[in-house]
Amino acid sequence: MIQERPLPTFKASTAEVSKEEGLRLYNDMVLGRTFEDKCAEMYYRGKMFGFVHLYNGQEAVSTGVIQTMRPGEDYVCSTYRDHVHALSAGVPAREVMAELFGKETGCSKGRGGSMHLFSAKHRMLGGFAFIGEGIPVATGAAFQTKYRRESMGDESADQVTAAFFGDGTSNNGQFFECLNMAALWKLPIIYVVENNKWAIGMAHDRATSSPKIYKKAEAFGMPGFEVDGMDVLAVRSVVKEAVRRARAGEGPTLIEALTYRFRGHSLADPDELRSKEEKEFWLAKDPIKRFSAYMTEHNLATNDELKAIDKEIQAVVDDAVQFGLDSPEPNPADLRKYIFAEE
Amino acid sequence: MAETLMFNALREATDEEMARDNTVLVMGEDVGHYGGSYKVTKDLYKKYGDLRLLDTPIAENSFTGMAIGAAMTGLRPIIEGMNMGFLLLAFNQIANNAGMLRYTSGGNYKIPMVIRGPGGVGRQLGAEHSQRLEAYFHAVPGLKIVACSTAKNAKGLLKAAIRDDNPVLFFEHVLLYNLKDTMPDGDFVQPLDKAEMVREGKDVTILTYSRMRHHCTQAAKALEKEGYDPEIIDLISLKPFDFDTIGASIKKTHKVIIVEECMQTGGIAAELIAAICDRYFDELDAQPVRMSSQDIPTPYNGTLENLTIIQPQQIVEKVKAMVDGQI
Ligand SMILES: Cc1ncc(C[n+]2csc(CCOP(=O)(O)OP(=O)(O)O)c2C)c(N)n1
Ligand SMILES: [Mg+2]
Repeated sequence: MIQERPLPTFKASTAEVSKEEGLRLYNDMVLGRTFEDKCAEMYYRGKMFGFVHLYNGQEAVSTGVIQTMRPGEDYVCSTYRDHVHALSAGVPAREVMAELFGKETGCSKGRGGSMHLFSAKHRMLGGFAFIGEGIPVATGAAFQTKYRRESMGDESADQVTAAFFGDGTSNNGQFFECLNMAALWKLPIIYVVENNKWAIGMAHDRATSSPKIYKKAEAFGMPGFEVDGMDVLAVRSVVKEAVRRARAGEGPTLIEALTYRFRGHSLADPDELRSKEEKEFWLAKDPIKRFSAYMTEHNLATNDELKAIDKEIQAVVDDAVQFGLDSPEPNPADLRKYIFAEE
Repeated sequence: MAETLMFNALREATDEEMARDNTVLVMGEDVGHYGGSYKVTKDLYKKYGDLRLLDTPIAENSFTGMAIGAAMTGLRPIIEGMNMGFLLLAFNQIANNAGMLRYTSGGNYKIPMVIRGPGGVGRQLGAEHSQRLEAYFHAVPGLKIVACSTAKNAKGLLKAAIRDDNPVLFFEHVLLYNLKDTMPDGDFVQPLDKAEMVREGKDVTILTYSRMRHHCTQAAKALEKEGYDPEIIDLISLKPFDFDTIGASIKKTHKVIIVEECMQTGGIAAELIAAICDRYFDELDAQPVRMSSQDIPTPYNGTLENLTIIQPQQIVEKVKAMVDGQI
């Protein structure tokens, strides 16, 4: 038997989910999963290139965090594993898929690719290919909100920023430096560590002297929580409190979501180091299966209703692919466009 | 004599030097159990153990600094940048400490370390993973900068870099790891400071390095058929330049084209042309020309990416124009 870190328990009965909200969460997770499965297919069919990092298995985190915020109004900052965060933040599947195809209609105009998804309109701060870069950037967005409110007198500036990153990244300097600044200035930010146990081939326990990442918050005088990242309702519950704190000017929160990626690090990773037992342990906790069971058991949806959603989402993703395929390539004459801000 | 792929040639070099000298070790992300992102250190941890193939946390600035400290105190670390771009995070330690410390300490310390890994523009890897950092590091005093380009020189140069008492930035290219060569037998070490004559010719001197060497030889094949006879020199050492080889060629052809993958502004060619003008101005029959990639972040889109870096056909045209007296 493998020894897994015990997942914190969450009493689903305390969740208080309306049918409407439940369906929204379900929708968002299924969109993430279906989109990523399609990406794998498109990659193997030679429609997308480079390093493509899929999010399968971690959907409850993206959904549980972003859908508990105000998507499109609050800020989201991601990594190279960014497709699903972008989708949860409201970037249309069409624009994400077109970007992965390198098309002019992509959210980054085909210039960025998989690891560089941006959408100012949806307050998606990016897609950052190097680990850790997003943490200071997100901290800066949170600083901006505080600045607007306190220095510019803008009462409506109550946005919260969510910064996503992995367990491996929490060993990088930016993590500690930003936790300090965010706590020091009480910035409205939520640091979300998606601890999926691995940083490519490096097991978390081999990379860090103190594996419980949420406990590192304490050194900075910041609240830290661990949460079952395979349970969307558990994630939603801790995020609710973190969002409340942030909006109330009480400062940042560190959340460590225990989760797992169902695929290799990227589609180029042979994924030879993770054991079969470990994979099976986590596959059995599939966040989508778990939440559909919750929905039906609590009479929030019937199996048929959920199946209908699955079908609708499949259509959305198929449409995104068609849109991407039909979209034009960037114009070679525009090679040097976007270097500087134009008038 | 065995045929070997470049990634394996690099592995052989590392293995041989580790066997020869127990102060040699490798540090970096996934260099141990995973075997390196391009398999350059595959299974070496089984032979040398976890401390000599040190899997580090993702903390580039600090583990590079650690390697410097270890080098100052007698070890010979090899840092693998999983992608050379990640060493941007270690720029401070590389520039201020690896590069300058020998000088600022008035010769108290030497820093025998190698910083190696994949660089260059791959296939649609996006801007951050498609860097050309050789130019960024070029101005740092105290660093030797080397770019390998074939399986054979990869092996010989890496062995020399490991034995060198200075910090050596050693650029490999993501798209060259599967090039094949026949390896010389025995302890094959290639000097770091010597350029390689790739093709002798009399019409024009083409100076290049890394992957662009192969674009140049491809161009030369087309040019030969039309009666042109370019000389191609692989610089190998980007710092310092091998002016013996460069100068001899210029005195023969009186014309220079530099082909590089880095961006034009502040590029390797920018410095090289200035140095050539300083030394050989009177030898030149035409203005030296540089062919560099565009001054833009590498775009993801494939068509735009191809337009960003120099293609063999452009080299063909430029050589013709120069030799025909149109430049
Ligand atoms: C600065 C930097 N160093 C190294 C890398 C290479 N790299 C990409 S992802 C990764 C592992 C990150 O693991 P983790 O933070 O746990 O996130 P996960 O991939 O598991 O989501 C590494 C080392 C990088 N992209 N940027
Ligand atoms: Mg991880």
